Amino acid sequence: MSEQTLAAAPAGTGLLPRLAWRRLAVFTGLLGLWQAYALWLGNPLLLPTVDTTFAALWSGFASGELVDRTLASLRVLLVGYAGGVAVAALLASFAALSRWGDDALGVLTSMFNPLPAVALLPIALLWFGIGMPSIVFVIIHSVAWPLAVAGHTGFRSVAPTLRMAARNMGLSGPRFVVEILVPAAFPQILSGLRIGWAFAWRTLIAAELVFGTSSQSGGLGWFIYINRAQLETPSVFAGLAVIILIGLLVEGLLFRSVSRLTVQRWGQEQS
Amino acid sequence: MSGLVLEFDSGLAAAKAVPPLLSVTAVTVRYRSGSRDVTAVSDVSLDLAAGERLVLLGPSGCGKSTLLRAIGGFIRPATGHIELKGEAVLGPSPERMTVFQEFDQLLPWKTVEENVAYGLRRARGLPRAEAREVARNWIGRVGLADFAHAHPHTLSGGMKQRVAIARAFAIKPRLLLLDEPFAALDALTRRRMQDELLALCEDTQVTAIFVTHGIDEAIRVGTRILTFSPHPGRIIASHKVSDDERRRGSRAFAGLEARLQEKLFDGRDNADV
Ligand SMILES: Nc1ncnc2c1ncn2[C@@H]1O[C@H](COP(=O)(O)OP(=O)(O)OP(=O)(O)O)[C@@H](O)[C@H]1O
Ligand SMILES: [Mg+2]
Repeated sequence: MSEQTLAAAPAGTGLLPRLAWRRLAVFTGLLGLWQAYALWLGNPLLLPTVDTTFAALWSGFASGELVDRTLASLRVLLVGYAGGVAVAALLASFAALSRWGDDALGVLTSMFNPLPAVALLPIALLWFGIGMPSIVFVIIHSVAWPLAVAGHTGFRSVAPTLRMAARNMGLSGPRFVVEILVPAAFPQILSGLRIGWAFAWRTLIAAELVFGTSSQSGGLGWFIYINRAQLETPSVFAGLAVIILIGLLVEGLLFRSVSRLTVQRWGQEQS
Repeated sequence: MSGLVLEFDSGLAAAKAVPPLLSVTAVTVRYRSGSRDVTAVSDVSLDLAAGERLVLLGPSGCGKSTLLRAIGGFIRPATGHIELKGEAVLGPSPERMTVFQEFDQLLPWKTVEENVAYGLRRARGLPRAEAREVARNWIGRVGLADFAHAHPHTLSGGMKQRVAIARAFAIKPRLLLLDEPFAALDALTRRRMQDELLALCEDTQVTAIFVTHGIDEAIRVGTRILTFSPHPGRIIASHKVSDDERRRGSRAFAGLEARLQEKLFDGRDNADV
């Protein structure tokens, strides 16, 4: 072990509790504001209080409905996200290895990246009908383009010296992409994965809201939709709370750990 | 002036006896920048015998790096050809390992040991365990045994260059190419690393081309020095360095340094650095 890594460790652990403390303060502050405003407003149909929302959340989990809805959403989300990552990986690798791929990716992303995923829903419905494949299709669309752009710009910013050193050791083709470009561009790829994850959620919930009544085994979006229709506002808020909690968990546990184990350890963190 | 031996064609004479390891014949390298072509290296020929350490010495911008990159196979010459052991150089290969000037030639996601071992696995096809063992040995030889498990970003510039040198030596290339590996280091570190490099070269009997614009560095590490004219680079003179001259602080060292300096300034038509 080098002295440097030993010296860096205490600074990291010393900083973490302070960061967590500040985050917690912001979080409780928001809850307090919400509760105060809801009590002052006194209209649970428009804005339920924090405690009724959490009660709805609790009963939703207790009855198992919210759990089923969450799992249904997560399943679709993960399938779509994985598909989007695969498409982006193919596109960015192709672009890194050939001029044609480079131009193709440029044209495709400038065409499709600005296109909102929901705008593709009618076409998806025509092609795949109502159900999971349509939603997966639009999620792939919402993840693939921004991630491919992030990967591609990441690949392009890999230092020429590093590229030459790798070619000198005999690397080329797919192995060059996987073993050199991907880790070297990992900061950008990781931020692309984060953005893609957020886009996937937005698209999923929006698509479920649009599908509305016809969906049998709907997810969280569907849960929010029917509860709004039945004026069960606390359950609407409970559905939103679940989405936010999953977002916090994935960011706080998954992406942060990946970042700490990779780019921070390799000294590639972008500030 | 009298002590300086000009040997314009000594390489060709030697070629008749033993075929050279590397032969560069009438190589011109051009860059296309915008609409016009820039000639970086103009009609350079040189031969290199096994075991020689050739120094390319010349003012900044004369095309030393460009020539080295052409030999490394990273750039294709516009005219002329380069052969290693009679085979045309068409692209980069572990037979010709380059140590670059920049510190970012190491893989930041691998530790010092993994960097060297990775080079061995990819360039020489060594199995994992053997690569690790050879890597450890080389890391020890460049004095970094205590830092084998450190990541490159926690190392100083000089230490990173040591890792790059260890990686290149470990691969045992036929020809080692070094492009001002010490240029970004402080004077003291540079001196120490010159001595260490010299020891490694003499130990391994490696054939090497070393680019520098430091005259003292050229004398210290080289067995033969080629001086270049300013842009576009041509060879002005060639000088074999004797063991006497290589001893830092000796009269012979100072004398050669002065003569080379004169040579470089003579060949310079404008004084920009
Ligand atoms: N990528 C490039 N595109 C266009 N011109 C270039 C490029 N690289 C180098 N040149 C030009 O080629 C000439 C030689 O450059 P080179 O880097 O080989 O010089 P050098 O002798 O290594 O200089 P230094 O000692 O400063 O490293 C310079 O005039 C430079 O402007
Ligand atoms: Mg140079």
